[in-house]
Amino acid sequence: MIFVTVGTQLAFDRMVCAVDRWVNAKDTQIVAQVGPTEVRFSNIKYKSFLEQEQLDYILKNTELVVAHAGMGSILSSLSLGKPIIIMPRKASLGEHRNEHQMATAKRFQNRPGVYVAWDEQQLVVLLNRWSIERFDNVDEISNTAPTEFIANLKRLIGNTQ
Amino acid sequence: MKQKKLLAVASAGGHWVQLLRMRPAFEFLSLHWISTSPGVASQVDHEEFTSVRDANMWDKPGLVLMAIQIAWRVLLYRPDIVVTTGAAPGYFAIVFARLLGAKTIWIDSIANAEEMSLAGKKARRWATHWITQWPELSGDDGPTYIGSVL
Repeated sequence: MIFVTVGTQLAFDRMVCAVDRWVNAKDTQIVAQVGPTEVRFSNIKYKSFLEQEQLDYILKNTELVVAHAGMGSILSSLSLGKPIIIMPRKASLGEHRNEHQMATAKRFQNRPGVYVAWDEQQLVVLLNRWSIERFDNVDEISNTAPTEFIANLKRLIGNTQ
Repeated sequence: MKQKKLLAVASAGGHWVQLLRMRPAFEFLSLHWISTSPGVASQVDHEEFTSVRDANMWDKPGLVLMAIQIAWRVLLYRPDIVVTTGAAPGYFAIVFARLLGAKTIWIDSIANAEEMSLAGKKARRWATHWITQWPELSGDDGPTYIGSVL
């Protein structure tokens, strides 16, 4: 199963359509959170928004995550050890308010288990690659921030025992 | 000594995921959470939680309602400390809690690698601690860097 998500705010039809066209030729099951959109997709199971419990279940059971370059999607995938393909939204195409997702994609592009699709064509190339290789090189992260960050934050809060 | 009260605030999505990663820093404190989706309460189910209206800078009526909901919660709870990763609900929480004398900690989302977020810039004058997760953005008259949630 592949889980496709556009996050919790805005639709991202350019990415979901690319997956919808790709899956036409494959037998992979796709589940998607597509956000607020009028577009109808023909080859995938989708909802505008999934409940938290559904999200937790799907994330746990998916083999691959395809997502916009949002931090929630990236952190959630990596903390479950799931490989993720991220496609940054472009403000120039009206997909977000600024280009911070391009910056996020650049910062994460060399991290094991994170694959960046800069456009729809590269997304299809990566999906085809995943069908053959599966991506099992994920650099899994823990559920919590690093110890040093926690210690520094505790100090700021004044939460020292 | 009376247990300190911490209000932890983030809109649903990436901001919330980052805030949850900070949970170990909140242990032994009295804790109340605020987010913009009732569904995420399941992720902190044994703790107090308030859901507020979701809105952004482009939805003024929604923002007003959100601000009222947060002001009300802040007045009832009277936090000693607010920690937020943003965006709009974090801004309001910091403003109201600061007016009541609380310590206010703004931790800008790790998604903002090149400049502080819009809400973060607005929150600056209300935050007793103004934090970035990117060392490149920190500086003497900029935000402080204390590490990142990743």
